[in-house]
Amino acid sequence: MAFEVPSPGVTVLFGPSGAGKSTIILAAAGLLRPDACRIEVDGQVMVDTEAGLWLSPERRRVGLVFQDARLFPHMSVATNLRFGMRRARPGTVTFDEVVELLGIGELLGRRPHTLSGGERQRVAIGRALLAQPHLLLMDEPLASLDSARKAEILPYLTRLKTALRLPVLYVTHDLDEVTRLADSMVLVEAGRVVGFGPLAEIAARADLPLALRDDAGALLHCRVAEHDPGRELTRLDAGGAEFLVPLLDLPLGREVRVRIPAREVILAGKAPEAISLHNVIAGTVRQIAGDPARRAVMVEVGLPDGALLARVTPDAIARLALSPGGPVLALIKSTSIEVLGD
Amino acid sequence: MTLIVAARAVSFGLPLAVAMAWLLARYRFPGRAWVNALVHLPLVLPPVVTGWLLLILFGIRGPIGSLLLAWFDVRLVFTTAGASLACAVMTFPVMVRSVRLSLEAVDPGLDQAARTLGAGRLDRLFNVTLPLASPGILVGGIVGFATCLGEFGAVITFAANIPGQTQTLPLAIYAALQVPGGEMKAAELSLVSLTLALVGLLLSEWVAKRLNVALGR
Repeated sequence: MAFEVPSPGVTVLFGPSGAGKSTIILAAAGLLRPDACRIEVDGQVMVDTEAGLWLSPERRRVGLVFQDARLFPHMSVATNLRFGMRRARPGTVTFDEVVELLGIGELLGRRPHTLSGGERQRVAIGRALLAQPHLLLMDEPLASLDSARKAEILPYLTRLKTALRLPVLYVTHDLDEVTRLADSMVLVEAGRVVGFGPLAEIAARADLPLALRDDAGALLHCRVAEHDPGRELTRLDAGGAEFLVPLLDLPLGREVRVRIPAREVILAGKAPEAISLHNVIAGTVRQIAGDPARRAVMVEVGLPDGALLARVTPDAIARLALSPGGPVLALIKSTSIEVLGD
Repeated sequence: MTLIVAARAVSFGLPLAVAMAWLLARYRFPGRAWVNALVHLPLVLPPVVTGWLLLILFGIRGPIGSLLLAWFDVRLVFTTAGASLACAVMTFPVMVRSVRLSLEAVDPGLDQAARTLGAGRLDRLFNVTLPLASPGILVGGIVGFATCLGEFGAVITFAANIPGQTQTLPLAIYAALQVPGGEMKAAELSLVSLTLALVGLLLSEWVAKRLNVALGR
């Protein structure tokens, strides 16, 4: 398997358990020594088995956040945070900045065993960041938390993402974390990389395993183009295609991510009349992939910038006479479009 | 007298026991089973045999004893230092055992975490593993100390029973019992012995509990 990810930026490793995601993480951290492997971060080679090069984990400066925070129980939160910092050359990440970003100022004097799961994980993230890593690895950092704790941490992670210019490899199988954090994505299945690239591109591919999920759907990057308070609608511009959604409380020009679930998209040959629907989007059929388990097919509809996914029946394809390359209209209820912010 | 012998035995034996336990707990090397057996030998061997073996090894004509005498002018046989050595050897297995158990109980995940944070081997040992194993190490020391107080066979064989020099508490009790009318003295000494042993055991419990609280267990 081989893949390349952008730096800085958050790349999510996504795939079923046992697919090899954690192996990738452990190899990148140096806690596992693969037989053949080459890892390079920002031009610096960490491992190259062919050249016989091996950088030990302690000299690699790759931060790792484990699923179980693994804080040192005999140290206070502050000492835990400084553990890596004291052993690294001074860098751009400062103690106060991290404490501020993660909102852990009030925990500094406490012992790890008195913290909640979410607090522990925040401290672990801070500890890894303060070791001034070249690369940050996060191995399902939120998997052991309940959804309320997850919701508590996610905003901190989004803040970190914008504040730090670092490449991050993030393992998860939670699509919510993916859509909120990822810039790009690596799909792993049975020890192989089945696809990697920018998130919007991967999410909108009808032929990748992601399209077989119940909650499959396309992601689009949009700009808030116009508010219409009279009709209580907001117009979003997705680089050529336009969407109307219920009025948003966001400034004009703001970049947002929207997710459009495949099961909410209707395909049509010509525009219907007298209908409650707002969004009739013209596109081109890019590919049609089978989904035999659901007796359905997934249609990838190309837009000027990006793509939509529509889950329909094989019968619909036949009736509309859809084939790759042909024109099609995608009908989307404005209330079905999930605006995720950024 | 007894306390000094025991204190010396523990202060020399414990660091060695920690090193040995570390070796046995973390590394797989050829002959590991033999080293392990050798360490535990004094536990199962009759103490008199241990004392006699020490006498052979460390006697002034023994392979190690003659070297010590020639190089450092140190004589162990029939001296206070010798009594400490005998005690240390006898309590070594107890200490290794206790330390090793606590080392093995330390989560290796924390060691991994420390590695990714840039801590080298010794750094991790002294700042992560040993502090986390400290309850076991302390208990090992205290129990070792208490066992030293009661050591008889190896001491009398190797260091003899010289009042004021190598006569530890149990030897003194034994000597008192040999003298007609010494029962009273023997009873007094036994009471002292009993008290010391009890205090040792209670202290180790208490220390372990305090440390475990500090470590958040």
